[in-house]
Amino acid sequence: MPDRRADQDGAASRGAWWFGVLLLALLLASLASFFVAARVWWLPVRASEQAPMVDGILDALFVIGLVFFVAAQVFLAVPLMRRRAAAGPFVPPPLTRMPGIGAIIAVLVLVIADATVLALSERDWFRMFSPPPADALRIEVVGRQFMWQFRYPGPDGRFGRTNLRFVTSGNPFGMDPDDPANAQNVVTVNEMHVVVGRPVVLQITALDVIHSFNLPNFRLKQDAVPGRPVTVWTTPDRAGTYEITCAQLCGVGHYTMRGIVVVQSPGAFAAWMASQRAAIPPAGKPGAIASGLRAAAPARHEASAGAASAAK
Amino acid sequence: MAVVVDGNFANRQSFLHRYIFSQDHKVIGVQYLVTALFMALVGGTLSMLMRVHLGWPQSGVLDPAQYLGAVTMHGTIMVLFFLTLLPSAFGNFLIPLMIGAPDMAFPFLNLLSYWTLVPAILSLLVSFYVPGGPAGGGWTAYPPLSAVPQAAPGSGLGQTLWLLAVALLCVSSLFGALNFITTILNLRSPGMSMGRLPLTIWALLFTAIIALLVFPVLLAAGLLLLLDRVAGTSFFEPAHLLVAGQILSHSGGDPLLFQHLFWFFGHPEVYILIVPPLGIVADVLATFTRTPVFGYRAFVLGLAAVTSLSFLVWAHHMYVSGLHPLLGGVFMTTTIAISVPFAVLLVCLIATLYQGQGRIRLDTPMLWAIGMLSVMVTGGLTGLFLGDAPSDLYLHDTYWVVGHFHFTMALAALAGALAGLYYWFPKMFGRRLDERLGKIHFLITLPAMYATFIPMHFLGLAGMSRRLYTASFYHFLSGTQPLNVFISLSAFVLGGAQVLFIANFFWSLAYGPRAEQNPWHANTLEWEAESPPPHGNWAVRPVVYRWPYDYNVPGADEDYVPQTVPLAGGPRPEHAGVAGGGGG
Repeated sequence: MPDRRADQDGAASRGAWWFGVLLLALLLASLASFFVAARVWWLPVRASEQAPMVDGILDALFVIGLVFFVAAQVFLAVPLMRRRAAAGPFVPPPLTRMPGIGAIIAVLVLVIADATVLALSERDWFRMFSPPPADALRIEVVGRQFMWQFRYPGPDGRFGRTNLRFVTSGNPFGMDPDDPANAQNVVTVNEMHVVVGRPVVLQITALDVIHSFNLPNFRLKQDAVPGRPVTVWTTPDRAGTYEITCAQLCGVGHYTMRGIVVVQSPGAFAAWMASQRAAIPPAGKPGAIASGLRAAAPARHEASAGAASAAK
Repeated sequence: MAVVVDGNFANRQSFLHRYIFSQDHKVIGVQYLVTALFMALVGGTLSMLMRVHLGWPQSGVLDPAQYLGAVTMHGTIMVLFFLTLLPSAFGNFLIPLMIGAPDMAFPFLNLLSYWTLVPAILSLLVSFYVPGGPAGGGWTAYPPLSAVPQAAPGSGLGQTLWLLAVALLCVSSLFGALNFITTILNLRSPGMSMGRLPLTIWALLFTAIIALLVFPVLLAAGLLLLLDRVAGTSFFEPAHLLVAGQILSHSGGDPLLFQHLFWFFGHPEVYILIVPPLGIVADVLATFTRTPVFGYRAFVLGLAAVTSLSFLVWAHHMYVSGLHPLLGGVFMTTTIAISVPFAVLLVCLIATLYQGQGRIRLDTPMLWAIGMLSVMVTGGLTGLFLGDAPSDLYLHDTYWVVGHFHFTMALAALAGALAGLYYWFPKMFGRRLDERLGKIHFLITLPAMYATFIPMHFLGLAGMSRRLYTASFYHFLSGTQPLNVFISLSAFVLGGAQVLFIANFFWSLAYGPRAEQNPWHANTLEWEAESPPPHGNWAVRPVVYRWPYDYNVPGADEDYVPQTVPLAGGPRPEHAGVAGGGGG
């Protein structure tokens, strides 16, 4: 590629100018789409005390990210769009001039931004995993293909013994009928009730494969891992009904693992709990299921998985 | 002082031994390249099917099990059997040529590295057709879903064949990595000190070191999972598993062990995918700005830092997996720290562009190099949101992750590879790709890349999970379908535009104009060989006197001075490269 004649240089620099325009157009389109999205598809409404912590970190990251995004794309476009006479020999400029000084400043600014966001995030991360208060509402959460099951302790605060051999669709936790603590445990499927303003401790595990218990409005997500119960907690602070999703691929029914979490006043929660306890059958029978059990959906998937295994 | 190449090195003459079971690094490199492009077509077709379904779920093109099979195989093929093959393709072709060697250190091992890959691919492709279909647990294949055949349709024979394919790929990659490292360290031409290596070679060296260290871990994870599936072991399954109405007899295992093993491989793997394109872009930028790469030493040190740190960040994929929170805090620190040396690399490249103002030549390789920088910055920045643990709490396993890794892998690594392909096509095949078609390919692809993958970040912010057959079960996601339609339409444009490249590639192979020896007037050694080079590469091994970036040197006749031009009596640059000349 020998040195070009002047008109080829002109054409080359015109092409470079247009390429710079393309890069800037992509930058502007990205920014515009971001601002549109912020009005139409942003995060769901916050409903827990943990949510502002997460959203605060997201905001800090957006500030940093947007600054560096704009700066980098502009610094890519500028060399293309500048009209400079093609100079002769190249002598590297000292580091105190561009591009060296720009490079050093860019890395320093990134280090400072990184350190700031790291400090804020470490503080929030350990705050989220601090020990829960003593008066928290405890709920056992078990994920299975393809539903969420919840168990509330009785007034004695105890969860009864379980054993897999007792599991039926009427007794999804496999509660041992010989353990009196089970008699007062309330079991629900795909519907979790909590109290606004009262911390809730969730002990999360799974029965078959890894699921992920996801409460988008609470900004809470924890994998439900078989054999490894994990405890997380937060305090719901906005009444309403929100959705629970499964956030870890768990099989063909993964997309159907929807639940609801109802955040209610203490009075409404007490009334609901009373109605659940009233529905528990007499001792000696496996625990009954509260309203919300969708036998049809799980049965369909269990049948298809069972058929697949029967075919082997 | 000339070194005569060993004439006995020449391959046997039969077609089978010259072009099929070849030990010539250039032939093997092209075999890897063509295989990779074929797998990209398969993976790309799967993604088009997925996008038809996601844009128009009523179309019925995929049922839930088929959708998960498509997702799994798309990810597996694109990451492990397309992008992972590109460093092998470029490395095999370029390493001996760029260091002045006649071939790789172990030509037979090189042959084996390609021919262990072929059964791996066959195993993977066959798995589409077995009962139960292909693996459906995601390319991450987390047990127990992937370990228990009853847990999902694809967890039967399909998953076993998947594991066989991945195990063979590990073996193939290990052979290749051994070869790359030995060749670069031992077979450099006289005068080719480490400080005079082109950055493409430095990048391939670090990549091979990473590969050598982490592919054994993936192999171990795969073999342990295979044993759990067929031999009744319980490495990854705890007691009391109830699947499809059956209580399983496993006990004593931990699903998290697999995740640690997988991601100890998986994170360095993404650096295997991005480091060679970064090196390629460095060399392309130098050639087309006609100036040295800015900060050669900083770039090499940055590569070394990124390589070392890449082994210390893996659990940022596991922030919500159930780890002790302290581990989350530790890995957040290392993950945010690795952004600094990575930024040094990008800043050196952008600065190279900056210092080349007024000299920039926008041939197609250069378009792709600059495009790579654009998408790499975007992808790197979205990664910060995932490396940060509290923010990852919300974004984990959402479409934000999908947008992020497509920007960094599908866009940045691919753009760097395309820069390399357009750049070295003349050397590989002795013909030129059509420049105009190449520019049209680029000008359609770059905007389509942004249009397809930026909206995925909005889906993630809205809370849509990955690997969802449909979001329609969730009311809070009910407004997101327009985004899915927009993404699908953009993806069709993006996919369609690649036809231009494929057509250009094959047409030019047969009918393209013949390439001269050094069409880009570049300094590196491969341009001193013929286009394409013969077996053995050099009649006389080149001797190296300078680093590869003597462009526009004061006092020179031309604006480039190849590495083989002696210093004595030749142009004396003010920057003769990193100290360490002499001794090859």
